[in-house]
Amino acid sequence: MNRKTGDMFANSPELGTCPRVLRPTNPPEFGDGEKVKIRAENLNLWYGDFQALIDVTMAVREKSITALIGSSGCGKSTLLRCLNRMNDLIDDVRIEGSVRVDGRDIYASAGDLPALRKKVGMVFQRPNPFPLSIYENVAFGPRVHHQAKGGELDGLVEESLRAVDLWDVLKDRLRENALKLSLEQKQRLCIARLAAVKSEVVLMDEPCSALDPYATMKIEDLMRLLKAKFTIVIVTHNMQQAARVSDETGFMLLGELVEFGATTDIFTRPRDKRTEDYITGRFG
Amino acid sequence: MKRSLRRAKEFALERLLFLSGTASVVFVVLIFVFLLREGAAVFGHVSLGHFLGAKFWYPISSPAKLGILPLILGSLLVTAGALAIAVPLGIAAAFYIAEVAPKRLRTVLKSCVEILSAIPSVVLGFLGITLLVPFLKNFLGLPTGLTAFSGSLMLAFMAMPTIITISEDAINAVPREYKEGAVALGATHWQTLVRVVIHGAFPGIIAAAMLGIGRVIGETMAVMMVTGNAAVIPRTIFEPVRTLTATIAAEMGEAAQGTPHYHALFAVGIVLFLISFAINLTADLFLNRGKKR
Ligand SMILES: Nc1ncnc2c1ncn2[C@@H]1O[C@H](COP(=O)(O)OP(=O)(O)OP(=O)(O)O)[C@@H](O)[C@H]1O
Ligand SMILES: [Mg+2]
Repeated sequence: MNRKTGDMFANSPELGTCPRVLRPTNPPEFGDGEKVKIRAENLNLWYGDFQALIDVTMAVREKSITALIGSSGCGKSTLLRCLNRMNDLIDDVRIEGSVRVDGRDIYASAGDLPALRKKVGMVFQRPNPFPLSIYENVAFGPRVHHQAKGGELDGLVEESLRAVDLWDVLKDRLRENALKLSLEQKQRLCIARLAAVKSEVVLMDEPCSALDPYATMKIEDLMRLLKAKFTIVIVTHNMQQAARVSDETGFMLLGELVEFGATTDIFTRPRDKRTEDYITGRFG
Repeated sequence: MKRSLRRAKEFALERLLFLSGTASVVFVVLIFVFLLREGAAVFGHVSLGHFLGAKFWYPISSPAKLGILPLILGSLLVTAGALAIAVPLGIAAAFYIAEVAPKRLRTVLKSCVEILSAIPSVVLGFLGITLLVPFLKNFLGLPTGLTAFSGSLMLAFMAMPTIITISEDAINAVPREYKEGAVALGATHWQTLVRVVIHGAFPGIIAAAMLGIGRVIGETMAVMMVTGNAAVIPRTIFEPVRTLTATIAAEMGEAAQGTPHYHALFAVGIVLFLISFAINLTADLFLNRGKKR
């Protein structure tokens, strides 16, 4: 099990796998009328012998944007992939603890994976539209879930493309291959695919890292818009991005969620020394 | 002094590589010229239309009747039958190996496919004659088990490894992101296969089928042993036939040099050459199309 980076901590006993002194201060209690959409409790995950998540506990508020930050290899993607059970695709993964979506533990039983992944959709680092037409890309989800067909499907495709601001540009090009689009448009299309299946949560793993700054800004604008309808969890290497778009932020280090709280708090008065070091750019 | 020696060495080496590189081209040209020269002479005896279209192949009656239509049809029937068996089975097997089988079984299956491709065709033919032919005769109640269908089964066996290996490569070459994208949208494993993976692997799968044909259309030994070698136009697949390849193999030894029969056999060779060439070319087109995307 190779850690991609983080080697600089590998020999430091206090940051190894020894018991933590400082407990993360979470889950935060939200105000009245604010619902917890996802709650992960005491989540541990091993790739073979290597423990990639250590006792992670956090709560994601409905219709908000939650950012996960931390240096490379600290387990952000792993945590994200736990939330829609995408880690199930990897051999030799062991998971302990619970993840509740709308109060139901998604690991409790074999469960209905397609339904879970429909509800908790995912946007990848590299935009990955299928090598099909633009229309077929958006229609893919509704088709596999038998949600709509014919005219109804046309309507759904339009509605989904409108939701990501692509309809006006692409409405005459729906039959073209989606691989011809620009990177930013592809990423929007991938979000439209989720809108089409009426996902409630959108997990984004570094969704802008393949994009230029201007396209990044546009996607961030889109995220603020989408917040009205979706709960968003975003992994990012870009701290400014986390500060700009998110409501809550979690800082991870070597598999642990060191600190989790309101973004303004994390960036202005972090409680943990390690968080402070990271956001002030002393490492990472 | 030393330097000029090195230069001479380099020059020699370069020439050698050039020769090896061009040798294959030279051989192809030589073979084709030879075939053409020997084969074209048959058209002093029969017209091209007659040669390809006449229904009788009696090369040693006098005058010789040199119509290769029954042979062409024999080859087509045996090959088509082989494809009808090997393509669906081969593609299904490739999907199973690439996408469904658990890891350990996958390795076992892949080695089995490799072993299958290593069996010499004459050995397969031998098994065909001693096991398959009597079995078909009894099981289907045929007058003889030496039929086009027996040949198809033999050839299907030989085409399968090619089809499986190349389709599997094509399936594995479908980018992981596509599969992940589909799964993350809640598609089941099956839906992912049908809607995304087949789509991505399609050109490669077509190429696999074409190369499978290419592999078997020139096959001689096993086919000659189990198809009965009757040069008549077959009405069903359960009758004896004779293929183009078997005709050349069986008759070349007997045909006196310079006779119409002798030239006709070379012309049969040209026909085979052209068919194989066309098939390989099509397969290449599909393979390249697959790579470009
Ligand atoms: N399939 C796997 N098998 C074994 N180890 C893995 C696997 N995937 C990730 N890891 C390890 O788990 C740790 C966490 O990986 P993860 O991808 O979650 O980190 P990350 O925070 O997303 O990093 P990055 O910022 O580079 O994307 C790393 O040390 C990585 O090497
Ligand atoms: Mg990652």
